[in-house]
Amino acid sequence: MAERGIIGYGTYVPYWRLDRSRITAAMGAGGGRGHRAVASYDEDTTTLGVEAARNCLRGGSGDASVDRVIFSTSNPAYLDKTNATAIHAALNLPSSVTALDLNGAPRSIEAALGLALNAPGDNLMVLSDIRTGRPTSGDEASGGDGAAAFLIGDGSSSPIIAHELGSATEVAEFLDRYRQPGDDFSRVWEERFGEQAYLPLAQRAVERALAAAELTIDDIDGVSVTGMHARAARGVSRLAGDKLVNDLTAQIGNAGGAQTGLVVASILDDAEPNQNYLIIRLADGATATVMHTTDAIADYEPFRTVGSQIEGGNDALDYNQYLTWRGFLDREPPRRPDPERPGAPPAFRSEDWKYALIGSRDRSSGAIHMPPMRVSMEGGAVDDMEPVRMADIPATIATFTVDRLAFSLSPPMVAVVIDYDGGGRFQAEMTDVDPDEVRIGDRVEMTFRRLYTAEGIHNYFWKARPAAA
Amino acid sequence: MSSHGIRDKVAIVGMGCTQFGEHWDRSVDDMLTDAAHDAYASAGVTQDDIDAFWLGTMGSGVSGLTLSKPLQLDYKPVTRLENMCATGSEAFRNAAYAVASGAYDMVMAIGVEKLKDSGYSGLTGARPPSDGTDSTITAPATFSLLAPAYAHKYGLDEDTMKEVLTRIAWKNHRNGSLNPRAQFRKEVAKETIAGSPLIAGPLGIFDCSGVSDGSAAAVLVRAEDAHKYCDNPLYIKALSFASGPATGALDSTYDYTTFREVVASATEAYKQAGITDPRSQIAMAEVHDCFTPTELVLMEDLGFAERGLGWKEAMAGTFDLDGDLPVNPDGGLKSFGHPIGASGLRMLFECWLQLRGQAPPERQIPSVTEQGKTLGLTHNLGGQPGAAVSFVSVVGSELG
Repeated sequence: MAERGIIGYGTYVPYWRLDRSRITAAMGAGGGRGHRAVASYDEDTTTLGVEAARNCLRGGSGDASVDRVIFSTSNPAYLDKTNATAIHAALNLPSSVTALDLNGAPRSIEAALGLALNAPGDNLMVLSDIRTGRPTSGDEASGGDGAAAFLIGDGSSSPIIAHELGSATEVAEFLDRYRQPGDDFSRVWEERFGEQAYLPLAQRAVERALAAAELTIDDIDGVSVTGMHARAARGVSRLAGDKLVNDLTAQIGNAGGAQTGLVVASILDDAEPNQNYLIIRLADGATATVMHTTDAIADYEPFRTVGSQIEGGNDALDYNQYLTWRGFLDREPPRRPDPERPGAPPAFRSEDWKYALIGSRDRSSGAIHMPPMRVSMEGGAVDDMEPVRMADIPATIATFTVDRLAFSLSPPMVAVVIDYDGGGRFQAEMTDVDPDEVRIGDRVEMTFRRLYTAEGIHNYFWKARPAAA
Repeated sequence: MSSHGIRDKVAIVGMGCTQFGEHWDRSVDDMLTDAAHDAYASAGVTQDDIDAFWLGTMGSGVSGLTLSKPLQLDYKPVTRLENMCATGSEAFRNAAYAVASGAYDMVMAIGVEKLKDSGYSGLTGARPPSDGTDSTITAPATFSLLAPAYAHKYGLDEDTMKEVLTRIAWKNHRNGSLNPRAQFRKEVAKETIAGSPLIAGPLGIFDCSGVSDGSAAAVLVRAEDAHKYCDNPLYIKALSFASGPATGALDSTYDYTTFREVVASATEAYKQAGITDPRSQIAMAEVHDCFTPTELVLMEDLGFAERGLGWKEAMAGTFDLDGDLPVNPDGGLKSFGHPIGASGLRMLFECWLQLRGQAPPERQIPSVTEQGKTLGLTHNLGGQPGAAVSFVSVVGSELG
């Protein structure tokens, strides 16, 4: 498989962390040590995926093209409707680039990877997950939220930085983890059973993968073991000895279908050329892959490393806020009307604006209009505009307010008027911010979020957030 | 192409205004009936004398039927219109033009709003289906954007800015305490205002206008006919309206310390009325103090204070009842309350009382009674900073 491999990658770890000791403090049970990453109230697996994909496309040379978007999550924002199309729209990709969901089980990432590796072109594989658990459960404490994206191609557009040397899968039918559609939480069988089911599968997969790569365990520089079954993963990790790489669960929790992607990305963040990594995944079977890094990885600059995002997290999140964000605490709403659902035809007409944050720039005056307009505010020229994408342009706060009356899933709502570097102004909602810390002159960047959900429609749009340090 | 105005062509010969407040016991129909019949009585006319009606309401009814049914009008024309929070003024403006055109001899402008039946806090209103990207922040939040921008531009620290806003609310509550029709008729201590629960930005509940039910009405005739009905009519000197391009949130040159629409509408109104120095020529102003920073900015936009000095004038009492230029002597939106469609006509109602020397003695302004000034200004605003509609009228108690 050396002819195709990873040519770019990016990750997204949401800003908020839940200190697991807060669970214990609130409930007298559950929790534990360390932190789990928490998707904010305005994030879902689609928006996490958009952020990871944006970071992927801004990594390396930053001029990657995409031929296919492949999205995988165990916690899709929509059923029936494809979620990858929203990611596709947010990335401003042409309609000739296809967008596909491979959703459901965490194991679906193997289908995404298989397609990304085998379909021609530069394929953007986006893995995203938000993991929940019943209050005080192990799933609640050990789960995590995050996303990872990989651009996989034949190296003709950008050099391959890592590729497979060999891979093997073992599958079996057994009850480890399961969930009925519509349920808020997974159920798991007694974990000692699962451990016994997984261990021999993993052993055989590792043996076969090493054989396919024509390597022995001694040739391996690092081993990662990922999977939702913590006890089985610990058992399999014993194969790795001192070569085991951090599975990030202490720092950000286990992001289910995105965990392998985040761990592989963290490996690539630090990897050197010509290293071999054994990547073992446990999900309704076991898959082992030997990943080899190329010389090109020395020159590859990720847009934001996993480590920097772990470093940039905020663990001030209260447990009750966490429960509210996930919809497990039904709080008294403000005495305001419920938000209105977006209309499908207006959203369709303004797809470039709503999903890709594309304004219009007057060709004669240069004035940027957000949202796009046909008539220029400077000079009044009609229909002489060109599209201008504002999603990746940093901006500065001109004025702001904290709205304690507006409907918000996490009041108060912070609103800012921002001026973009190089021109353009927009009044945006702000997120991932302490309302008391907003100041005129602060720097912000744009982030794709779910404003709210009304009548079954997720209202996606862009917000501002504090610029990453 | 030019705007010509209708200076001294149309007169107000009667007005009515209900008490504003939480009228749990009165319907839209009740309030329209009260305001209309008070205005008929004030003008000494009957309903049959009115040739046409202009009804302003933002959301308390649609179509002319909202008025013709409760008043049992005899197949007369009723125009129902809406222009956000300037709705009442817009009814007045269009009614005045109908008289000036010669189309009718006598018309009524009437505004009404029933806000308290919604069960929600603040203003609400149906919007057309959208792509979901429009700002959803509330009215107090949009106007609170003015406060940090103004403080930043003119070097006020947060505490000073809060003091300025507090004094504006304190002044309007004080005026309202002298007004039996006002929603809030108590003086409120500055500490209470400053310490009230925050609603948006630095604005507390006492920085916000009263959510209110109410109605107000005016009877208009040609100026030459005015003395048939009234010994001391009010003459319309100027009517202006500016609907902005709504570029504040697009245009980086807009700094959120002004309403360009207000500047434009004030400039036009002063031209129509022949006013060159509003601060000295006007006896009083009723302005759209929907939130305290709005009144601060309006003092500069309307030319009552130099740019950057409005806050000092407000602190010095320039706009108090006994100040150089009393602003909102009836308590303003702040304490009189803000039933949207009625507010523009309520502002004119205070001019009607004050300029004709009929305000209660405790709030009759000395600029009229002692200094003999004859002009009053009303200013009505809709929308938000950067995307607004603005109305300015000048009315006077003398021709010429």
